[in-house]
Amino acid sequence: MAHAEVSFFEAEKGWKSWLTTLDHKRIGLMYLAAAMLFFLVGGVFALLVRLELMFPGETIMSADTYNKFFTYHGAIMVFMFIIPIIPAALGNFFLPIMIGAKDVAFPRLNLASYYIFITGASFAVWALLARGADTGWTFYTPYSIRSATSVVLITLGVFIMGFSGILTGLNFIVTVHKLRAPGMTFFRLPLFVWAIYATAIIQVLATPVIGITTLLLVMERVIKIGIFDPALGGDPVLFQHFFWFYSHPAVYIMILPGMGIISEVIPVFSRKHIFGYHAIAYSSLAIAFISFIVWGHHMFVSGQSELANFLFSLLTMFVAVPTAIKVFNWTATMYGGSISLKTPMLYAVSFIFMFTIGGLTGLFLAALSVDVHLHDTYFVVAHFHYVMMGGTVMGLLAGFHYWWPKMFARMYPEWAGKIAWALIFIGFNLTFFTQFLMGYLGMPRRYYDYPAEFTNLNIASTVGSWFLFAGFLLMLIYFLKTFFEKRRTDLDNPWGGKTLEWQIASPPTMHNFHETPQITGRPYEYGIVRMKK
Amino acid sequence: MTWRLPQASTMAGAVDTLFDFVLWTSVASFLIIVLGKLIFLVRFRRKKIPEKESLYLTGHTATELSVAVILLVWVMVIFYWGWADYKKLRSAPAGAMEINVIAKQWLWEIQYPDGRRLTNELVVPKGKPVKLIMTSQDVLHSFFVPDFRVKQDIIPNTYTSLWFEATEAGEHPVYCAEYCGAAHSGMLATVRVLEPAAFEAWQLAGFLGEAGAAEGEAASEPKSLAEKGREIFMAKGCQACHTTDGSKGLGPSQKGIFGATEALEGGGTVTVDENYIRESLMEPAKKVVKGFQPIMPTFKGQLTDEEINALIGFIKSLGGK
Repeated sequence: MAHAEVSFFEAEKGWKSWLTTLDHKRIGLMYLAAAMLFFLVGGVFALLVRLELMFPGETIMSADTYNKFFTYHGAIMVFMFIIPIIPAALGNFFLPIMIGAKDVAFPRLNLASYYIFITGASFAVWALLARGADTGWTFYTPYSIRSATSVVLITLGVFIMGFSGILTGLNFIVTVHKLRAPGMTFFRLPLFVWAIYATAIIQVLATPVIGITTLLLVMERVIKIGIFDPALGGDPVLFQHFFWFYSHPAVYIMILPGMGIISEVIPVFSRKHIFGYHAIAYSSLAIAFISFIVWGHHMFVSGQSELANFLFSLLTMFVAVPTAIKVFNWTATMYGGSISLKTPMLYAVSFIFMFTIGGLTGLFLAALSVDVHLHDTYFVVAHFHYVMMGGTVMGLLAGFHYWWPKMFARMYPEWAGKIAWALIFIGFNLTFFTQFLMGYLGMPRRYYDYPAEFTNLNIASTVGSWFLFAGFLLMLIYFLKTFFEKRRTDLDNPWGGKTLEWQIASPPTMHNFHETPQITGRPYEYGIVRMKK
Repeated sequence: MTWRLPQASTMAGAVDTLFDFVLWTSVASFLIIVLGKLIFLVRFRRKKIPEKESLYLTGHTATELSVAVILLVWVMVIFYWGWADYKKLRSAPAGAMEINVIAKQWLWEIQYPDGRRLTNELVVPKGKPVKLIMTSQDVLHSFFVPDFRVKQDIIPNTYTSLWFEATEAGEHPVYCAEYCGAAHSGMLATVRVLEPAAFEAWQLAGFLGEAGAAEGEAASEPKSLAEKGREIFMAKGCQACHTTDGSKGLGPSQKGIFGATEALEGGGTVTVDENYIRESLMEPAKKVVKGFQPIMPTFKGQLTDEEINALIGFIKSLGGK
């Protein structure tokens, strides 16, 4: 094909050309590097937290250190890894290509978003290096007002990183509306694009609220305005409303892009048209919409009114419908296919497995009387890790393996990919399934120490975290190793994908396409029409 | 290891029934999805179905709609059931016995209508509804009794409440379930459920004093000062921050501290003697040992002179000069 051509790696030379690049692919890779670095750091904190919890009492660190470490783990993973990783890294790289565009609508804004993210992240790192933070990633008042740690710095970091998300979201919305290639109607868009589009809407509409909230918290700490502090007549529960008004939609900022990747990988590796294209596309929008009116389900025992609890429990139940439709449709897509269980598909299948557990355990927490018991226990910790890690991270890993040959024109080793997958799958379920049991039995979350009867479950969970670590380490090694191999020329379309990124060279050229592509159908046209008997 | 919690309140059974309903219906739907997936993985593997011979199928609206409808009915049942039980969990019966709870970093103070005060222990009668009226002196806390399936956040400057009716005599653990700082996981208490007659005797004992109520006990050997002090040390929650084995806690360990000379935050030293221990109980922030935070709550008005004497006796018994 077009291998005589210069890829976006060679189009400009030197590190300066990267730092000043306006190319969406390069910016995407810079996000990828930064967010994966934070994933590594957040993961190390997770390992340390698990190690401390292996036995009751002090195992490797003091209570103060433990409280800081679980805060770092949560804040880093949420704000610096899982929110940016798929939209800003993979979305940046693939969204313009998938709609047949040369770049995003506002390339300069795109680069600015990256530097805003780095600035915000630097504030957070500064906070860690200064006096740290021990409030949990949720910054609940009035503890966060009283804490002697660097709460102001870390919340300023969150405030700044929020702008990066807003601007990236805005950029993607405009890109999808204005830069689609001729013939690329909305209902011919790849489902990954639909997912990123729905995510972008949430980012633009919800993120300003966390901005306002963190700013109010900073003002509360610095000039004592008395909005959240009960000692000054403020209402600490109001903070929770503000916080979850953003942070619940943010859960869907995290999961929708993962769902988008699964919607791409399953059809390609099953050689099947996606089952129920419209239902999947609309359910992304439905989830985005409902996500704004369910925040109160985080606060069933906070003291909010019983009427509020009634409504939030009812509305939360509706989330189950579009979510389950997606799970059903992914599974149905595999029916009648020709399924190849390569590593990306293994992760996609595990996504369905673990995300279904994550979704179903959400029903326990949405049911009011049961949530009163389970709230703030390890059951909740297990539930959201099944969604965030069993869902989003599995989607991300499917995406990495799927698009690695496209991004770098190198192939990961299949056998090593499968071993790493097995380690991660076993490790993940060992780490987090045990936490459902602990939670049901009453072990509260954010506990440094625990009664002896929880010891066995905690040991199992900690051992699971080592399997997880081993799996990720192996993955890091083989990705790095292939990264330094010679580029291959036979990887333009190794999986037989029909979306536009597979119709161009690997790695893509600077402007992606030689000629503007003409779109005549959906990118899932696999299979033969069987004659009816 | 046990897999189920004791059902020790009137509501625990109802909560568990809904929990089990959601659990088993979820297991069923999970199995449908996962088994379906596994069957497809085997039946439609590429070795068996060549790449070019997959089925062309873009969806089936009727199937999707029926999945959605079945699901909607299911979740509405869960919703209504959860709401109906929740209403019962929230509505304390008229005539419930009211007890005040004050939460502070990191202990629970229980106040009875007759003026009796307990720390980290709630004594209630079996078979009688009890309503806790709760507030916090500092940050958010949450009162959680797993055996009763009740939990409620506690907010400074506001009263929140919960109620329960214990159905099993014995001791049930209480956890703080809302993160509240350094010793969050040490903020524990016990609900001691007594048979109604024993509860009455307990109340009477509080009213008349231990000796007057239980004449039988007077005959038993008097406890040593150190033993009494040890009981108070545990009952008042001192052990949440002060260890007695020399390991580091949030506050100085009490082992071998008596008679020692300690450096203070902000300079100076102090010799740990009777007067310093007493002062530290009344005004803990006045002289803080170097390397520790001024986070200890005051026990002014909560300890009698006899109790302070016993505490000092206990600390002496832990060694030192």
